[in-house]
Amino acid sequence: MTPARVVAALCLIAPFVGVLWVGSYAKVEPTLIGIPFFYWYQMLWVPISAALTSVAYLLVRREQRARKGGESA
Amino acid sequence: MNDGVNGVALAVFIFFFVVVTVMGFLAARWRAAENANNLDEWGLGGRSFGTWITWFLLGGDLYTAYTFVAVPAAIYAAGASGFFAVPYTILVYPLIFTFLPRLWSVSHKHGYVTTSDFVRGRFGSKGLSLAVAVTGILATMPYIALQLVGIQAVLDVMGVGGGENTNWFIKDLPLLIAFGVLAAYTYSSGLRAPALIAFVKDTLIYIVIAVAIIYIPIKLGGFDDIFSAANDKFTKAGAGGLAPPAEGQWAYGTLALGSALALFMYPHSITATLSSRSREVIRRNTTILPLYSLMLGLLALLGFMAIAAGVKVENGQLAIPQLFENMFPDWFAGIAFAAIGIGALVPAAIMSIAAANLFTRNIYKDFLRPNATPEEETKVSKLVSLLVKVGALIFVLGMDKTVAINFQLLGGIWILQTFPALVGGLFTRWFHRWALLAGWAVGMVYGTWKAYDTPSGTQKHFGNTADMPAIGEIGYIGFTAIALNVLVTVVLTVVLRALKAPDGIDETTAADYKADAGDPGVQADLPPATAGSPGGH
Repeated sequence: MTPARVVAALCLIAPFVGVLWVGSYAKVEPTLIGIPFFYWYQMLWVPISAALTSVAYLLVRREQRARKGGESA
Repeated sequence: MNDGVNGVALAVFIFFFVVVTVMGFLAARWRAAENANNLDEWGLGGRSFGTWITWFLLGGDLYTAYTFVAVPAAIYAAGASGFFAVPYTILVYPLIFTFLPRLWSVSHKHGYVTTSDFVRGRFGSKGLSLAVAVTGILATMPYIALQLVGIQAVLDVMGVGGGENTNWFIKDLPLLIAFGVLAAYTYSSGLRAPALIAFVKDTLIYIVIAVAIIYIPIKLGGFDDIFSAANDKFTKAGAGGLAPPAEGQWAYGTLALGSALALFMYPHSITATLSSRSREVIRRNTTILPLYSLMLGLLALLGFMAIAAGVKVENGQLAIPQLFENMFPDWFAGIAFAAIGIGALVPAAIMSIAAANLFTRNIYKDFLRPNATPEEETKVSKLVSLLVKVGALIFVLGMDKTVAINFQLLGGIWILQTFPALVGGLFTRWFHRWALLAGWAVGMVYGTWKAYDTPSGTQKHFGNTADMPAIGEIGYIGFTAIALNVLVTVVLTVVLRALKAPDGIDETTAADYKADAGDPGVQADLPPATAGSPGGH
């Protein structure tokens, strides 16, 4: 496991902790423009998880390209 | 509940329907290869789809018409617990990112078209491959039926479903026409048809959601009013408030996780994934597909809006179409209905293609006609895709709608039981093929029995959450079943390894799981699907 792979793995695991720990967000307050916390919190995780997956994608791609370059050199 | 036919909405609906029909037939010529008579062409679109087409195809595939009708309907009926669809679709993408590039690589290296192909190649077991194929087909059939239920809901609200006293043939005629059109262009164009139509579908859906989420709350006096109306309803009904109570939280989490694990193992998700051009296309897609989850979240909130708008329907499936009819001007309601209707056609086409691929490759060719030529495979696949749709139609017309819904629920539990063989197989060969088969059987039997045994709402059977042994909380039945499945698989593997039971032959190597387009042995386009097929395309 290279450091880049560890970070990528953490990025992919984070959403599971975020949304499966239901007790941490099963409440109504604070509301956002009238929407209870329970709903906007989970919807907030959509862009967060997309960003984390993008980071994982870039890390993995960079590592693969470096490895391929290393083989041909 | 019908007060006559909504003429304007119906005209708009028919207009879009005609447009996509023409597109469906023209799709056969889109990026076509010289030789269209092999399963890679018809069933995987030539394996040539790039990032954007794959995005539309997977989006069109995973977020079905039924999703658009059922998720807000669940919120409308049950409140907070229906929102699990959002965390569920959040978790799908990290899972796809981790698992499916490996499946893509090994499939392109060995010309696998289905998950059963892979399982047979990896474990050298026709029995296990058959189990995976049968599970896939069983789980997909009711899913197709539900797409037709989605179209039916829209037709009902437009007033063309007919009343109780209408002759059954007149009543079902619109659905029969929609079905005939779908069957005809899938038959002639294969996977290219839904890929092209998905563009129209998603454009319409995004427009409708964007308008609905701004326009309806303004008309209803803002989200404060919407949620306080919903809160009144659920508190009065004793169904808890706007967030799930402590005893409902395990169910919420396990439903989200279990459904996420199940979704990408459905044959239609795999078909859409394998049709992409490279590993990178899949990974890049997991970073942009969450846009659909955002849309799904907004859509779910429409369930609360239907409550606040005073929509009263006996059949919860009609809540959202009825909300659109009440709130929007007729022409825009027509666009919204077209979005749902076309949204049903895309996944129904992909699902029937995926089920047909499974039958042809893993039942017909493996067990009935081992010497089938690629031309013959394509012909059988096309015919089976028709049969599968006819089966779904009979399902919808002949039986109560709740039967289709119950079977779709079981389908989710069933497809989850192929997880150890498929995902386990992608990473390790340690599992013994007989242990995997036994684990699958235990999971299938337990899941089916437990779901049948659990009451749900007004029904005596087919609940999806029950007591989880050992944890002592209420949770998703599919989740308990997969835990049992893994336990049996591990224990039996240890025993079988100790007894030195013979392993199957593994035709894959470790490097196959990392191969990408451009590597030796990986043809980006059109690898011959079967040994002995003419090489040059």
